[in-house]
Amino acid sequence: MSGRLAGAGERYGAVAALGLLVAANAAFTPHFATAANLGNVLIQAAAAVLVGAGVTLVMATGGVDLSVGSVMAVAAAVAAQVAPAGGAGAAAAAGLAAGLGLGLVNGLLATRFVVEPFIAKLGMLIAARGLAQAAGGGAGAVPLDCPAFERVLGSGAVGPVPVPVAFAALAVAAALFVVRATPLGRYLLAVGGNAAAARAAGVPVRPAVLAAFAASGLLAGLAGLVEAARLGAADPANLGGGMEFAAIAGAVIGGTSLRGGKARPVGTAAGVLILAVIGAAFNMLLVPFAWALVFQAGLILAAVALQRPRRD
Amino acid sequence: MTGTPALSGTRLPGTLLGAARDRPALAVLLVVCLAAAVRYETFATPENVANVLRQNSMAGLLALGMAFAILAGGLDLSLGAMLAVGGVAAAALTPYGAAAAVAGAVGVTAALGVVNGLVVAKARVQPFVATLAMNMATRGVLLAATAEASVRVARDAAAFKWLGRGWVGPAPVPALVMLLTFAAAGLVLTRTRFGRHVYAVGDDAEAARLLGLDADRVTVKVYALSAGLGGLAGALLAARVGVGQPTAGLGWELAAITAFVLGATSPGGRTAGAGSTLAGVLLLAVVFNAFNLEGSIPSYWQWVLRGAFLVAVVAAQNRIGRARS
Repeated sequence: MSGRLAGAGERYGAVAALGLLVAANAAFTPHFATAANLGNVLIQAAAAVLVGAGVTLVMATGGVDLSVGSVMAVAAAVAAQVAPAGGAGAAAAAGLAAGLGLGLVNGLLATRFVVEPFIAKLGMLIAARGLAQAAGGGAGAVPLDCPAFERVLGSGAVGPVPVPVAFAALAVAAALFVVRATPLGRYLLAVGGNAAAARAAGVPVRPAVLAAFAASGLLAGLAGLVEAARLGAADPANLGGGMEFAAIAGAVIGGTSLRGGKARPVGTAAGVLILAVIGAAFNMLLVPFAWALVFQAGLILAAVALQRPRRD
Repeated sequence: MTGTPALSGTRLPGTLLGAARDRPALAVLLVVCLAAAVRYETFATPENVANVLRQNSMAGLLALGMAFAILAGGLDLSLGAMLAVGGVAAAALTPYGAAAAVAGAVGVTAALGVVNGLVVAKARVQPFVATLAMNMATRGVLLAATAEASVRVARDAAAFKWLGRGWVGPAPVPALVMLLTFAAAGLVLTRTRFGRHVYAVGDDAEAARLLGLDADRVTVKVYALSAGLGGLAGALLAARVGVGQPTAGLGWELAAITAFVLGATSPGGRTAGAGSTLAGVLLLAVVFNAFNLEGSIPSYWQWVLRGAFLVAVVAAQNRIGRARS
């Protein structure tokens, strides 16, 4: 009975916590529960949700993707370079291609060159940050000289839903579909549960891991485009900075283990949104953001402590 | 996370190649140094060497702290924040003298490290998450407590400032502090019971526990030590620049991991330790210095090269290791 309760807590805890947090803020934080404010929070969190969906897939295999923030910056910088001459479509395609390409490099480093994922990602985090600046011409923030791009990705809407939010929701749904209903999802979880056993059981370990990294790169690229469109510029040095930790923290809160073998895309989205709502609420209550960091840190610890294995 | 160091026996290097395999980071460091000395006439000057050592002394101490955490099977992502806490605490304590400032910086950060250790050992939270949360929380409290403003070192704190800016003969004081700390850490790791326990816990905490070792206690000590080294680095940085900055050390924990890993991977199976970490620190430092002396490489390409270099060295070493085993 308590085991089933704990299972439910692990599965839906983050979503429930998010609901509680939003309800509490709606009751106590002035102007929190307005459509405009909630829309803003969602739009600002869209990039982190996108990144989180990809990071969740990588974490399912037992890896960590530390490079997503830098990959976002590369995609944004590439798009900003292409946009003035090539138009919105070409810019988006080029940015996504850059993200996908870097994701594939990450995957190849992890699967073919026997580099531990952590090191591969660290190297990519460092290198891609430089690449982003090189792609941006090395002169600081590049204005996104493309109204169409900003209009669609930045301020566009599908019915009442802002485009970035729609993309984020789609990404979460896609990740959930992959994990729950496809062979790839089963492979990812098998690799994360026990790579040697998975290999022995005939699971195509390398292609599965490569696919997870590629998806993470592609989604990070999309997140970079969304951020650039929202801000109207690609700042290669800062765009996406710290995003890797925000996404991993969101995933951890949502019940995806760093040990691998578990993937909860919806939980990750809830976790990322919890962190975003805390940030927004502290901001609206005029509490210095620094305290939001403290609160968020406590929350991450609490979430992990609640989800830790009974005994390992 | 970054691979537990192998505890297999150390072989005597029969050949020069064997020596290079046993200590690849040292070999690469020597090659890079030789190449740099040939290419840049200012490289091998005492001024440049002293400069490189001084500039990297704080990052070096952080890497040493990271080494303890990783050798014990963990990771310390809070080191950047520890450096900031150490710097602010030291600067705030300078009116009470240099000893109080340094002791305060190390004491406060070591206490936070104890919290890290307890969360990892007792609450069984993974080091990645535990220390990441500590990094966020500490940075948050520090920013709030200082209202995001730097804390000045007392104007008349000459002894404290000497720690960051002084010289002993031809050697900068912070570089000496770093090198002496590495030497002491090397002795601790290789010659003391605590050092053996660190490796034992890192190798297999459960086995160490079954053999009667209080693994939790070792873990707590290790995180206290690594955080304390971060605090010491922060004190030195504050002494050098004259202020303790709450924003100091952002992202430095990743550089510390980089340095440790560059030095640690040894296909010869030699155990990673203080020496290999120092080799990693100096390797990163010298490569960066060479970029600067080259002069024409924009900083962002330097980042690309640094990342590629890290991956290449680790990949190459893993390849050799595979081929041999």
